[in-house]
Amino acid sequence: MSVFTLPQAAKEEVLLKELSALTEHHRENCEPYARILAASGYQPASSVAGLPWLPVRLFKNLELKSIPDDEVYKVLTSSGTTGAEVSKIYLDKAAAAEQTRKLGATVQSVLGPKRLPMILVDTKAMLKDRKSFSARGAGVLGMSNFGRNHVWALDNEGHVDVEALKGFLEQYGDEPFLIFGFTYLVWLHLYEVARDNGLDLSNGILIHSGGWKKLIDQAVSPEEFRARLSGVGLTKVHNYYGMIEQIGTIFLEGPTGGSLYCPDFADVVIRDPETWEEQPVGKPGLIEVISTLPTSYPGHVLLTEDQGVVHGVDDGDWPGKRFSVLGRLPRAEARGCSDTYREAA
Amino acid sequence: MSDLQRLREAFRTSLDLPADAPVDDLQYQDNEKWDSLAHMSLVAAIEDEFSVMIDTDDVINMSSFQEAVRILGKYGVSFDE
Repeated sequence: MSVFTLPQAAKEEVLLKELSALTEHHRENCEPYARILAASGYQPASSVAGLPWLPVRLFKNLELKSIPDDEVYKVLTSSGTTGAEVSKIYLDKAAAAEQTRKLGATVQSVLGPKRLPMILVDTKAMLKDRKSFSARGAGVLGMSNFGRNHVWALDNEGHVDVEALKGFLEQYGDEPFLIFGFTYLVWLHLYEVARDNGLDLSNGILIHSGGWKKLIDQAVSPEEFRARLSGVGLTKVHNYYGMIEQIGTIFLEGPTGGSLYCPDFADVVIRDPETWEEQPVGKPGLIEVISTLPTSYPGHVLLTEDQGVVHGVDDGDWPGKRFSVLGRLPRAEARGCSDTYREAA
Repeated sequence: MSDLQRLREAFRTSLDLPADAPVDDLQYQDNEKWDSLAHMSLVAAIEDEFSVMIDTDDVINMSSFQEAVRILGKYGVSFDE
């Protein structure tokens, strides 16, 4: 079972219909959203790239939801990079259940239906306060559903628990097992330790996320990350890109590496940061993320502050667009557009 | 102990509930003890207790005590008393 099945043309036909309906739904049920659309001269779209987008940081400035207060089931928050501003994402029961289901289907596209023994490259200590997990904690917990017999690679002080890893590999290392962690933690605490202790990770399937900034600071590129991991036997590696403002939607790296792919219910458009026109294949720009999952808040078409580039369409491991994330846009440059929206709202 | 009693016990132990707490109507996240962290322990406890391996979709869908009863049925655990 895979959610990476639709060629681009077929996908856009489905998405245009569903997302146009979602746009109408949010317009009718979220007043600030309706005002923003009116102020920006909204016309029904004739293509996926023509759908009206919101800058993602708007969720830090405004309360945007399309459900009545008494149907709010969960409010997700993210601190973002500065820590000062917090995005607020409102889910009703239906949206919460659907995002869990769709994330499950996406990850099972590479893992299959069985839960695998699992190494969590993190520390249990960050889950101490059960009332308020960090985004990191929430990510780890969300992924833990895909595993069994979990072992934490780091102890409560954040040091690598080599004995725990050895014990895990002795017991489960001969069959497929799952490894999950944030990219820089995997690099610092799994790769180096595996190399230095001769741990055999060749049956591992690694799923990792969390941005490359800290690694690029250490001069480690995505290509080198992959090459070095294969040096400790870890060849099944899937990076992913996703954000709390589109919870449940992740863009997953294909088996051969180097590109992220969009599940059938999602897509990306790369935009010129000055003209907002769609960039052609190979030309970097701002990443717009599109998903049918946000039904309880108007987050179905979001312009991120990340730069990316589409490498090709229908020419990779899976159908559709394949792309890379290149990094964050310097803060000052992104400010213009959201200020416009703030005034309009 | 009947299978149903064993399942109730697994819920009470994993969710840190009193020994006599009624659990048959429990819903995921409506009870504050049953959060995503406790869900991991609960699934592990059920697997141990009934010697089954529960698939990912069933872990995701196990959103109430009654749903757990239904799902375990698929794995050959019958709760007919």
